[in-house]
Amino acid sequence: MATVQANRAEANGEQGPGTFLSFLRQMSKNRLGVLGALLVVLVFASAIFAPLIITHDPIRIMVGPRLAAPSLDFLLGTDQLGRDTFSRIIMGGRIPLLVAFASLGISLALGLVLGLVAGFGPRWLDNVLLLIFDTIRSFPSIIFALAVIGLLGPSVTSIIFVIATTSIPIYARVARTQTEALRNSEYIAAEQSMGAGTTRILAVHVLPNVIGPLIILVSMDVPAVIAVQAGLSFLGLGVRPPTPDWGAVLNDGYNYIKNTPWLAIAGGIPIILATLGFTFLGEALRDIFDPKLGKDL
Amino acid sequence: MWLYLLKRVVLGVAVIAIAEAFLLLMIHAVPGDPAVALLGPQATPEFRAQLHQQMGLDKPLVVQIVTFFGGLLRGNLGFDVFSQRPVADVVFEQLPYTIELILVSILWAVAVAVPLGCYSAMRRNSMIDQAVGIVAVATIAIPSFVMAVSALLIFAVMLGWLPAIGAGTGFADRVIHLILPAFAMGIGWVGYISRLVRASMLEILGENHIRMARSFGLSEWRIVTGYALPLAILPTVTIIGVGIAWLLSSAVFIEVVFARPGIGALIVNAVRARNYPVVMGGALVTTFLIVTATTMSDLINAALDPRAREEL
Repeated sequence: MATVQANRAEANGEQGPGTFLSFLRQMSKNRLGVLGALLVVLVFASAIFAPLIITHDPIRIMVGPRLAAPSLDFLLGTDQLGRDTFSRIIMGGRIPLLVAFASLGISLALGLVLGLVAGFGPRWLDNVLLLIFDTIRSFPSIIFALAVIGLLGPSVTSIIFVIATTSIPIYARVARTQTEALRNSEYIAAEQSMGAGTTRILAVHVLPNVIGPLIILVSMDVPAVIAVQAGLSFLGLGVRPPTPDWGAVLNDGYNYIKNTPWLAIAGGIPIILATLGFTFLGEALRDIFDPKLGKDL
Repeated sequence: MWLYLLKRVVLGVAVIAIAEAFLLLMIHAVPGDPAVALLGPQATPEFRAQLHQQMGLDKPLVVQIVTFFGGLLRGNLGFDVFSQRPVADVVFEQLPYTIELILVSILWAVAVAVPLGCYSAMRRNSMIDQAVGIVAVATIAIPSFVMAVSALLIFAVMLGWLPAIGAGTGFADRVIHLILPAFAMGIGWVGYISRLVRASMLEILGENHIRMARSFGLSEWRIVTGYALPLAILPTVTIIGVGIAWLLSSAVFIEVVFARPGIGALIVNAVRARNYPVVMGGALVTTFLIVTATTMSDLINAALDPRAREEL
């Protein structure tokens, strides 16, 4: 029994002690991955410690002149209402991260459950679920987002709802494929012959094998979610003013692009850094843990 | 093959129907009255009732859904109360601008990316290959609207080389107005397609018939362009179908940034004005385009690779 356990742990990529060290060794060889990790840490740190970093109140108007260029007092200049752009950018990282984690967390959990059900349940249920997944998947997510936000009104909740809804089918499909492959394996048959119930098999034996690839997929989807959230804010369909948010700052910069380039640059750079950081990190994680994943998606 | 074709078409129709029914349901589920949203709180009850009647909101939900789908079959997408014109007219007037933008973007992306991918595969792990790889991942990751605002800032506002907004009039002017939007939209695709071509090229260059061609003493150039490329290009052909969906999504942002007419800008403006009939009509036409494009690419894929027919 012990060897079976060990074999399975090996198949899962859990090689016991030293795994984390070997992960760090592999990671440090991947220069883009290291850069990505640094950027991600920077984004998280600035969002978490935002209140300590900001130099002015991000929503107070006329703390300085309107549309000022960067200076020692206003590190990234000011916007059309005389608000400090640097403070708005630092505070503005909180909403994209919140949206990314809330929406991807919800879709990971629901996608996992639906995928397990589809992969392990009866054939007809699998077919019905697949039809629903494919329907949602083939619907353009931005158009869907616009339509739903047009109806629900712009808010962080609507954005989380839209992103979760459109991501669930992706994870569910991956979870389903993995579950179906495991379903016919010998150790599952052995469990069944020993009288283990479906719930026990799914929770104890299938779930640990399915969740790894899904978490890598989720980490690779973070930049896309940040892009959608920032994009909706850019269109004025995200957070309500005066809440600071990267997309909203970029939109201000776009509206006053003829007056000053600084606002547009200040709004664009954090979006670029965050999406690049999460992309490089996600690709590095995939290359280390599961090189084949995502190639056929 | 015919059974597969039938299945795909049925699935496509089902997708469109379910999506539209979902949107209609949402309009109902949402608290608040579209007519109030349209007219403002000061509107008289008579005026509101008149608008309800015009939009068909006074009838029960089932009747509305049946009427909507019945109208669809006759090519009627509803009536735009704002402009007092049929929604179909409003949407199809904007469609050519979006299609033009998508086609130009994908054409230049393919034209640049395919040679780039071939070169990267031939000089694997060279400086250029690695640089192209990093830039490719970066351009795929950066959102199209950030790319668009950056291009606008650099080439239109700071350098003043290209026009910033609009679609232009007359052929030459329209082409000039397309350059920046098509650049911002296609750049991510250059990265994506070049990686795709590189990967499939590397795979094919290792196969037996290529080794055969090499042993005959053909030049590397002849082998790549004559024997490997026709095979290596296949994944690109099928991915372009999926790409239409991607490009339609970025068209929304590109059209807003460059103040171009088009279906994306139309939907955004309709959402802002809470003009539901136009949102529905626009969503329907874009869904139709995407479902058609993905179905076509799946069919091409199935025709080329019989294994693909087994799935579904």
